[in-house]
Amino acid sequence: MNEDNYAISVRGLTKRFGSFTAVDHISFDVGRGEIFGFLGANGAGKTTAMRMLCGLSRPTAGAGTVAGCDINTQSEMIKRRIGYMSQKFSLYEGLTVTENLRLFATIYGMSDRAIREQSNRVFSLLDMDNMRDTLVKDIPVGWKQKLAFASATIHRPDIVFLDEPTGGVDPVTRRKFWELIYRVSSEGMTVFVTTHYLDEAEYCNRVSIMVDGRITALDTPEALKSEYHADTMDQVFRIVARQATRGE
Amino acid sequence: MTTPAIEINGLTKRYGSLTALDDISLSVNTGEMFGLIGPDGAGKSSLYRILATLMAPDSGSASVLGLDTVKDYRALRLRIGYMPERFSLYPDMTVMENLHFFASLFGVKIEDNYDLIAPFFGQLEKFPDRMAGKLSGGMKQKLALSCALIHRPDILLLDEPTTGVDAVSRSEFWDMLATLRQKEITILVSTSYMDEATRCGRIAMMDRGHILRVGTPDALAAGLGENLYNAVSADMFGLLSALRKLPEVSDCYTFGATLHVVGSDRFDSAEAERRLRREGIADARIYPAKGNIEDLFIKLAGNE
Repeated sequence: MNEDNYAISVRGLTKRFGSFTAVDHISFDVGRGEIFGFLGANGAGKTTAMRMLCGLSRPTAGAGTVAGCDINTQSEMIKRRIGYMSQKFSLYEGLTVTENLRLFATIYGMSDRAIREQSNRVFSLLDMDNMRDTLVKDIPVGWKQKLAFASATIHRPDIVFLDEPTGGVDPVTRRKFWELIYRVSSEGMTVFVTTHYLDEAEYCNRVSIMVDGRITALDTPEALKSEYHADTMDQVFRIVARQATRGE
Repeated sequence: MTTPAIEINGLTKRYGSLTALDDISLSVNTGEMFGLIGPDGAGKSSLYRILATLMAPDSGSASVLGLDTVKDYRALRLRIGYMPERFSLYPDMTVMENLHFFASLFGVKIEDNYDLIAPFFGQLEKFPDRMAGKLSGGMKQKLALSCALIHRPDILLLDEPTTGVDAVSRSEFWDMLATLRQKEITILVSTSYMDEATRCGRIAMMDRGHILRVGTPDALAAGLGENLYNAVSADMFGLLSALRKLPEVSDCYTFGATLHVVGSDRFDSAEAERRLRREGIADARIYPAKGNIEDLFIKLAGNE
């Protein structure tokens, strides 16, 4: 496969903080349009790895590309080509739904016309038309989640990074969110997602599991279940994560 | 029969035009591990705040350990341990400073009740001088629970204690909760993880200010009374939309490695497989499924 076919391709990616190696030589590729599940216990190094992939933190060692940009030299370009949604949703509670979306679009340097067009597209995709002028603090968590996703993808990035997008969210709302993930992935967007709900790991095309800063397992859910003689990804995760020695 | 640990009668709480709790009644036994589940806006956190004496209801009453949450709030506060949904410790105080602070608020010494928190606090002792704000998610949770327990309360109120915590740490956390139960501490715990709900003795399912069901996990799952099936195919999302189009399918949703299909009375799995083959999903397989709390949740909360 040509490198251009990869949304993410990294080799030996490493991050040290003093004597502590948070991320220890990880290497993997994510194909374009793939839904890639990035799992690991608390403290395994997921957030640190994700910050390097998003251009927010410079690797101590290693090389690679994200959305076609070099992670060591083109971090500013990476930021423009990706979307990022955190578990905290990072929305402005005192602004309306439209104002939030407009704020993020403007930060991404979109023109007024593009913002109008994309807002209309997003509102109908998310079925949020009647919420446009409501303050974010007054909308339910399921809508905040959708709006945070919309804000992260309004500029139509190549890749969207979702950091525990369904944390603390109920079973019905979580499922609706995953159908949204499937929709954008079928339109060609690459989705890089972390979660602690292991039923959601089953919905990914491929899954990696980090343990003590390294990627210990990486394959399709089917292949991982067969490799670890497990019926569910929950069992796979427990087997793999219990190999950890460094603690949180 | 002993006095209930929690007795709620006709409790109502309004915020402006929104009724967060609508005339709810509930009784939790002493020593019980009682779970609260429900979507956002169900009223769980409002209920916690009333039980923790931090807010008064508009009408109705609640008593905890036989003490009224409004009239007897001073006496009650000494006997409850409350862990709110948001991390509520002081991020710029160290691990030990936080624990000392909470102990001194309640006028106890850490040594007095150390046996109770040892299973949680043991792992934190390695870094007593780390700022609470710099701890990982799992460690923050253990410190918060230690602070909620340091005065040896008779009842623990835990509002979504494991959000953002990985599966292995969650299991360990629940194992530790089980040890507290052996010390006869009553636990009221809310969660968005249905595997955790099944570890409770009884569960209440809430939605929009109402309690919809109360019972043991097994009894609630048995009462599902659904025509429930698993469905699998290589193309799961194609299968999902195809199944939703079948008139005899009442509901269909993802369920880990399979889909769950709720059939109407006329649903026939062999016939459904034939119909799917005609739709181009040749490898679809449909076979009976056993429902659990997650199915019940989807049934009750999904019908908006």
